[in-house]
Amino acid sequence: MESTGIISNSSTHEIIDLCLLAGKIMLQSGAETYRVEDTMIRIADALGFPNAHSYVTPTVIVFATSRTEPAKLFRIAERTTDLQKVSEVNDISRRLCERQITAEEARARLGEVDNAAHAYPIWMQIVAAALTGASFTVMFKGSLWDALPALFVSGLGYAAVIYLHRLVQVKFFAEFGAAFLIGLSTFFSVKYGVGREMDKIIIGSVMPLVPGLLITNAVRDLMAGHLVSGLSKGADAFLTAFAIGTGIGLVLSML
Amino acid sequence: MILQLITSFIAAATFCILFNAPRRALLQCGTSGMVGWLVYLLLDKQWDTVIATFFATVVVGVVSQIFARSFKMPVIIFSVGGVITMVPGGMAYDAMRKFVEKDYIDAVQIATQVLMLSGAIATGLVLSEVLGQMFRRKRKQGL
Repeated sequence: MESTGIISNSSTHEIIDLCLLAGKIMLQSGAETYRVEDTMIRIADALGFPNAHSYVTPTVIVFATSRTEPAKLFRIAERTTDLQKVSEVNDISRRLCERQITAEEARARLGEVDNAAHAYPIWMQIVAAALTGASFTVMFKGSLWDALPALFVSGLGYAAVIYLHRLVQVKFFAEFGAAFLIGLSTFFSVKYGVGREMDKIIIGSVMPLVPGLLITNAVRDLMAGHLVSGLSKGADAFLTAFAIGTGIGLVLSML
Repeated sequence: MILQLITSFIAAATFCILFNAPRRALLQCGTSGMVGWLVYLLLDKQWDTVIATFFATVVVGVVSQIFARSFKMPVIIFSVGGVITMVPGGMAYDAMRKFVEKDYIDAVQIATQVLMLSGAIATGLVLSEVLGQMFRRKRKQGL
């Protein structure tokens, strides 16, 4: 292994740590599996480990710098979609590969990205979810009269899922509770004359919660040969859809 | 139709806020969502939904690659915004709801449709990536 200056001042363990950190941020931010593996291997390659291997599933990263070295493992508990972080890590790894920044700078910047909070405040996310729900109600051929209650119901639903997820750590119950609330408030808004078609309001309002992107990513992973990731993402999506479907179904069967 | 375009723009842009896309990418996200929805609506009139979704996704993929090149951001930001209007999330919920309501035949039917649609979107995205790579290689050879 020829030392390229970068290696001499950062040891093997630090480079592995850097790769794992980059992979962890990307995976937690909802990047595709192949992108995570690719980024880690590229970073390792740029820092002097051309034979690195990385195996990524939605819950764990396994990384080895060579065939004989022991592999390192990193457990991922929670995943969201955070495009900003994905694009920043992408940027850092590209610069590192082009030798524009050193490993130390990359680590410092990755640390910043890792600790960065969501760029939009919570009230803005709720407003965005409300607008999403209202828009989807119109797109699913609901009338503008249905968009008005959908605006409030979907905002309420999204706020509920954020709050409930803090309260109970289990995602399933947070989604179930939010869907239940959506169903209930839609029922009452229709009952008291705001909005006409209950189905259109409900389907628009659950859109911010529903795992559409997750299903698509699952199929994409399967097609790319990441069978374990694809199946587990599919299972994740199934559970979320099931939670929402049950929440709404419960309301409709009760009333 | 115009109402559909406006709402699809808003839906894609606001969804990107939920996905924490960079602030300067929101307009482009909305645009790619709007373009995708427009193509989808036009094709859906004549052809099957799955085929319409597939071609709309290819268009979204190409548009996102153009955006990614000209604004120097990864493709994923724009393609996520673009396909989010077509992604069968609402249908997945609908299928599950039908299961809960013991309407199994409808449920299986919708679930199959979900699988087909997500397959179409995934294939469309991969195809547009391949097209982009071919185009880039050709341009490199030409130079």
